[in-house]
Amino acid sequence: MEFKSRDFSAAKRILKIRKLNVGLTGRPKAAPVLDGIDLDIRAGETHCLVGESGSGKSVTSLAAMGLLPPDALEIQSGLIDLEGFDITAARPAQMRELRARRIAMIFQEPMTALNPVLRVGEQIEEVLNMHTDLSTADAKARTIDMMEQVHLPDVQRIYSAFPHQLSGGQRQRIMIAMALILDPDLLIADEPTTALDVTTQLQILKLIAEMQERHGTAVLFITHDMGVVAEIADTVSVMQKGRIVESAPIRDLLTHPKEDYTKKLLKAVPNLAPRPSRGVSAKSDVITVAGLDMTYGGGGFFRKSEGVKAARDVNFTIAPGRTLGIVGESGSGKSTVARCIMRLIDPTAGKVTVAGTEIAQLSRRQLQPHRKHFQIVFQDPYRSLNPRWTVARSLCEGPINFGTPRDAAMDHAAELMELVDLPRDALDRYPHQFSGGQRQRIAIARAVAMKPDLLVADEAVSALDVSVQAQVLDLLDDIQEKFGVAMLFITHDLRVAAQICDEVLVMQKGLVVEHGPAGGVLSNPTHEYTRNLIEAAPGRRWDFANFRALDSAPANQGATA
Amino acid sequence: MTEIPTSRHSAFQVLTGLFSLPAGARIGIGPMIAAVILVVIVLAAVLAPLYVPYDPLSMDAMARLKPPSEAHLLGTDPYGRDTFSRVMTGGRVSLLIGIGAAVVSVAVGLMIGLVAGFFRVADGVIMRIMDSLMAIPAILLAIALVALNEPSLSSVIIAITVPEVPRVVRLVRSVVLSAREEPYVEAAIALGSSMPKILIQHLMPNTFAPLIVQGTYICASAILIEAILSFLGAGVSTEIPTWGNIMAEGRVYFQIKPGLIFWPGLLLSLCILSINLLGDTARDLLDPRMKKREG
Repeated sequence: MEFKSRDFSAAKRILKIRKLNVGLTGRPKAAPVLDGIDLDIRAGETHCLVGESGSGKSVTSLAAMGLLPPDALEIQSGLIDLEGFDITAARPAQMRELRARRIAMIFQEPMTALNPVLRVGEQIEEVLNMHTDLSTADAKARTIDMMEQVHLPDVQRIYSAFPHQLSGGQRQRIMIAMALILDPDLLIADEPTTALDVTTQLQILKLIAEMQERHGTAVLFITHDMGVVAEIADTVSVMQKGRIVESAPIRDLLTHPKEDYTKKLLKAVPNLAPRPSRGVSAKSDVITVAGLDMTYGGGGFFRKSEGVKAARDVNFTIAPGRTLGIVGESGSGKSTVARCIMRLIDPTAGKVTVAGTEIAQLSRRQLQPHRKHFQIVFQDPYRSLNPRWTVARSLCEGPINFGTPRDAAMDHAAELMELVDLPRDALDRYPHQFSGGQRQRIAIARAVAMKPDLLVADEAVSALDVSVQAQVLDLLDDIQEKFGVAMLFITHDLRVAAQICDEVLVMQKGLVVEHGPAGGVLSNPTHEYTRNLIEAAPGRRWDFANFRALDSAPANQGATA
Repeated sequence: MTEIPTSRHSAFQVLTGLFSLPAGARIGIGPMIAAVILVVIVLAAVLAPLYVPYDPLSMDAMARLKPPSEAHLLGTDPYGRDTFSRVMTGGRVSLLIGIGAAVVSVAVGLMIGLVAGFFRVADGVIMRIMDSLMAIPAILLAIALVALNEPSLSSVIIAITVPEVPRVVRLVRSVVLSAREEPYVEAAIALGSSMPKILIQHLMPNTFAPLIVQGTYICASAILIEAILSFLGAGVSTEIPTWGNIMAEGRVYFQIKPGLIFWPGLLLSLCILSINLLGDTARDLLDPRMKKREG
């Protein structure tokens, strides 16, 4: 795999951070949030800060921007030097000027970073009006030029569009244009592609690299995704608990990581190599979906409207102990399928047969007794447990609904806690006392408590850090082995799908474009769209866990199109 | 991997946690003073029969419109009734109406709001009824409702409650509408919980914090509306003194005896001001988003 790994020791140093300590405001004795951070970024270099959530990546970037929330965090000691200017001692007015001209930042969620009631062109122009003396016509010309540079299509139209009329990728391009229009020395990108689909992510990464080359900007790129790091970084710093544990050029870090933590982080990164195929079970299928259709909207009282066809003619079956993955980008209809099967929404047409009962057309009341056969685990572990309920109460809710006496349900809940590797005595705690991974374990335990035949996991590991992600995937695997449950695994991440699925079903705009054994689909994709998805998966040619390139990248064949 | 913070919370603590202060939050001096004033007024009103020197209704033809003296602390009214005794006793009814109206409208509004928020079919019908209620000015509606019934204590409470209910319904409905999209509610559906169970156990607790705040505002405005109704002659009958009808009776004599309006008016304003201030404080504590951003 090609790395950037260029050498920048001759280039001029843009940002120098030395022994930076950041702690809670007014509490110098409390544990520091950042502990002795050293960082150098030179002109034209891309430096990646990588680490798990809570490791202090974002705090580092906010400190460099002088944007630490003053009532919560403060710089206790250390130096942040931007080309000879000490940021730690800057006055607010100096900082404002600096932020526009010398440092720029792009964020994870472009929708919230743009003002929804102003046209995007005007928002870019505002930066020029604030900080330069350009005439209105010149400012507009420069804005249009910048929008062309970030490869926005139909610039004249987009100039007068509002943020909600643009796609996520286009919004992020606007953000980049806005950040780079004053030609800053340093661009801080805080997880700029995390909220985007893989194919869009690839385009944005390419764009950042291109703009950097053209303007010679130094980039501080913050991400949790090792794949993205491998694509874009020259140098990398690995952060853990407010410290930089290892800092090295990208190739050295990926081939010869020195620190245990770095190794652990790399080992947890999933790759696109599919899991070894498991024997086909002889038992009859747990779930059969036939001709499932879901149309949102439509009908209408005065005028027949078309409606949005979120899923069209979806067919599949899953046998006990097997896992089917549905992959696709946002808006492909994969979650719609999951929600139809769970009957959280009512499908417009088609048959869903779970454990021998056709459930798609049952009324809510008729459905009630069959609910225990299929359970779901949601994406967001912070919202899928009732914050006011103890874990015990959450775990008992389902079984009690189906007539299990309270004592028996409690005993079972304790067993479940052990099953998901949590202590029994945590039962009377509340969700906020657990970490994200632990909450996801509880959510899984709650689903398993019903002894379901089918477990639907809707992006169940997408919100978790990679190391936690690997643990939760293992747990799901264990549970499947123990109970022989069939699993429907919804994910946007092909690498995760490769880890856990026996079969993969690729969806695009509500249609199933490819369906087959995981090994076949991932290494020999027949559909254009699947190939694009695989091609866009960041770091796909690198086997992070074994510190080497994937010699025969499985998707290489036919991926040249 | 199983390290979990060791602190534990009982269900009780979680309930009281609704009112406990978040770290770093400080209650200013204003709300403290408001709380003290309110407690004093409430105690004084509740305990009034124990200490007032005269029966608030007993007339004394020999002592009409007396200025303040040792015998009559705040003087007397045109019928020779002791103003101090009347104002203190009158507070009981005013406060009772305030609290009664707040409790009844919150309870009724909560039930209707839960149904409207959760059941799509009921929503349209209920909210249109609520909209039409809100289209009529509250005072007008209250006067009409009192006019339909005997001017008794309960009919006044009902008259004040009815215009307030739509506001509570809207509040509860909006909370339920956003809460029912939460994944934990969908999980409960998947776990086979019945609709009433989801409604009461999962959704209803979300409405408590905003309802407490709304309740204090209703309480304050109910006391005020009662005073207005009495002033207009549509309130509780004059045999039961309230701050409102004491002022109403005093208005003819305002030029020669301003105290007849001043004293009940002062207590009324202090009381409403304190309740509103406490309501604002409760809102800030219960909803961290309302905290003003410093920067």
